[in-house]
Amino acid sequence: MMDLLNAIVALSNFVIIPAMSYGAQLALGALGVTLIYGILRFSNFAHGDTMAFGAMVTVLVTWLFQSWGLSLGPLPTALLALPFGILGCMALVLTTDRIVYRFYRAQKAKPVIFVIVSLGVTFILNGLVRFIIGPDDQRFLDGERFIISARTFKEMTGLREGLAFKTTQGITIITAVIVVALLFWFLNRTRTGKSMRAYSDNEDLALLSGINPERVVMITWLIVAGLATIAGVLYGLDKSFKPFTYFQLLLPIFASAIVGGLGNPLGAIAGGFVIAFSEVTVTYAWKKVATYVLPESMAPDTLVQLMSTDYKLAVSFVILLIVLLVKPTGLFAGKAV
Amino acid sequence: MTSAMKNTLLFAAVFAMIPVIAHFQGWNAALFVLNMGLISAIMALGVNLQWGFAGLFNVGIMGFVALGGLAAVLVGMPATPGAWQAGGFGIIGALLMGAATIVIAIVVAGRMAKGWMRSLVVLAILVAGFMIYRGLFDPSVEAVEAIEPALTGYLGGLGLPVIIAWPVGGLLAAGAAWIIGKTALGLRSDYLAIATLGIAEIIIAILKNEDWLSRGVKNVVGVPRPVPYEIDLQNNTGFVERAAGFGFDAVTASTIYVKLLYCGLFAFVLVLLLWMAQMALNSPWGRMMRAIRDNEVAAEAMGKDVTARHLQVFVLGSAICGIAGAMLTTLDGQLTPGTYQPLRFTFLIWVMVIVGGSGNNLGAVLGGMLIYLMWDKGESIGLEVMEWITAGLADGSALKAHLIASAAHMRLLTIGVLLLLVLRFSPRGLIPEK
Repeated sequence: MMDLLNAIVALSNFVIIPAMSYGAQLALGALGVTLIYGILRFSNFAHGDTMAFGAMVTVLVTWLFQSWGLSLGPLPTALLALPFGILGCMALVLTTDRIVYRFYRAQKAKPVIFVIVSLGVTFILNGLVRFIIGPDDQRFLDGERFIISARTFKEMTGLREGLAFKTTQGITIITAVIVVALLFWFLNRTRTGKSMRAYSDNEDLALLSGINPERVVMITWLIVAGLATIAGVLYGLDKSFKPFTYFQLLLPIFASAIVGGLGNPLGAIAGGFVIAFSEVTVTYAWKKVATYVLPESMAPDTLVQLMSTDYKLAVSFVILLIVLLVKPTGLFAGKAV
Repeated sequence: MTSAMKNTLLFAAVFAMIPVIAHFQGWNAALFVLNMGLISAIMALGVNLQWGFAGLFNVGIMGFVALGGLAAVLVGMPATPGAWQAGGFGIIGALLMGAATIVIAIVVAGRMAKGWMRSLVVLAILVAGFMIYRGLFDPSVEAVEAIEPALTGYLGGLGLPVIIAWPVGGLLAAGAAWIIGKTALGLRSDYLAIATLGIAEIIIAILKNEDWLSRGVKNVVGVPRPVPYEIDLQNNTGFVERAAGFGFDAVTASTIYVKLLYCGLFAFVLVLLLWMAQMALNSPWGRMMRAIRDNEVAAEAMGKDVTARHLQVFVLGSAICGIAGAMLTTLDGQLTPGTYQPLRFTFLIWVMVIVGGSGNNLGAVLGGMLIYLMWDKGESIGLEVMEWITAGLADGSALKAHLIASAAHMRLLTIGVLLLLVLRFSPRGLIPEK
């Protein structure tokens, strides 16, 4: 009985909690990709670097606040700086839309042209972020590190396994729930949100009923900037802020969006968790859990790790390939193939 | 001015840069740039086949180039003594076992009726196959990697002449491209981009982590050459005398001679591929490709199998990138997985094709040479520009130090801006498609 409890705790500690918070970050990122896809109808390769840009502005403002001595007590100061990051990111995406994308929209260019252009924007943002803050790891986390630390948990329960619940993981999950609730309320209940969904479903019909396309596009970009910055900051708080990792996040984010069905917000969230849980379970060394659960004679002597963590990208890639092969519209039937 | 004259002038202008570089930095530097430019032109040719002919967007050029590099190691390096006996056959057996598992699972999935029974059986096959695979694979890998890890610790290659690696690199890249194309083509155009982005990252991850295959981040150095070594030339009295006859000292002469030999080899491959690409472009096949690119629906209505043709051209283009990758590793003499960056090996090639003129093979070649030149010289120029901009700031100020240190990242920005500008204002490139 004790062994089973220990196994559950170890599983929660190393798999469920990390995967939940990572999944929430991916879901927020994938929501941004999927919204752009639904409204502007292209896969935005610059999304990872948009996240990096928003997170960078937040990091800089956080440092400023820290130098002023401002803080939120046990919570990270970054939360206070987050609105400024979102504003900075909104300014950025509106500028790129005005300078870059609007021209091709007016031309009704093919989606693939948009993809190439977004790749150009990716590298400009990439260069900009590295130019401003440098290519290295940056720390901007402060406040209380744990909600429950492994040691307190052990003392509280008397179990052999500790359960650590990091503040950043708690914040990630709570923020994600709030943001997603707000987004769905906006899309389903407000007039603007409804006009966005109408535009996404049928552009011509939406135009006929008097919806202003430029306004829809602008609001989409604003929402995406908010989502991207929140996702970027949460990821940065949870892991660390390094510009290149955001470019690498692009693959799991796209995989999440496609698994759920491109253009479908609900699917993006489900996809984020599917990818995160697969990634963590495949790269986790199951030895500890297995030793608790299995009888002693069957206890494994290897790590029981399906794949080394270096290949976590491969997990999202393989899932992506399988979905493309079996059900290209994604689990939640996104837009037409 | 006719287009032929304009093209000749453009090429002449690019080639005229070589003596200019030679004047400032010596012939060694100039020939290095020329050789790299030739390789870049080959890569651009491959991408032009995909984008210019068929409108396929490949974001994974880096992966195909890296596979070519792997081929140079697998073909050119001598086999590590004892490695095959220790675990090489075990590894190959394990990989075959893994492949067999997947094939069996697919066959079973195809034969059985839909339902939970099928899912269960397929899952059981996959799990059991994976267990056996790991059971065979892990000890063999350990055995191979234990052989003198500081020097070898990998299987090594076949010890064949490294030139053979060039076509082999093309074949490896073609194989990877086939798998990707088979899954992602025929769906939305964006899916190919995303899938190629993924395969490139994974190929690099494999090269970095599978030490038994490529020594990982320990790098493989000393890949054999198709041309003589400088040191042998310097010890060859006949060569030294001839060099002295031209007024060169032995060291300079030998380095230039080696680079010229490479240059000849690369130019031969480039001309051959260019000729083939031109023939293809002007053949019925090329016209069909462009027709498909311009209007897929109409081409399909005419009875063309669009997906199959796309797969064909995607595999061909990737193979050319693989050939160029093998040539690059041959020129470097080493495989360093850490140096494969998407900016340098994917994005830069794209800029080459688009600036040169997508859909035009000559344009791709011109773009390849020109953009590589700018890339290579841009680094030092960028630093100088930054020093000039910051000249007004006080020495030792934090801002100045930061700006100068960040000058390296300006290349990302400049190349990105260049691409957007060309796409917007001159989307047909320097030598437009006819």
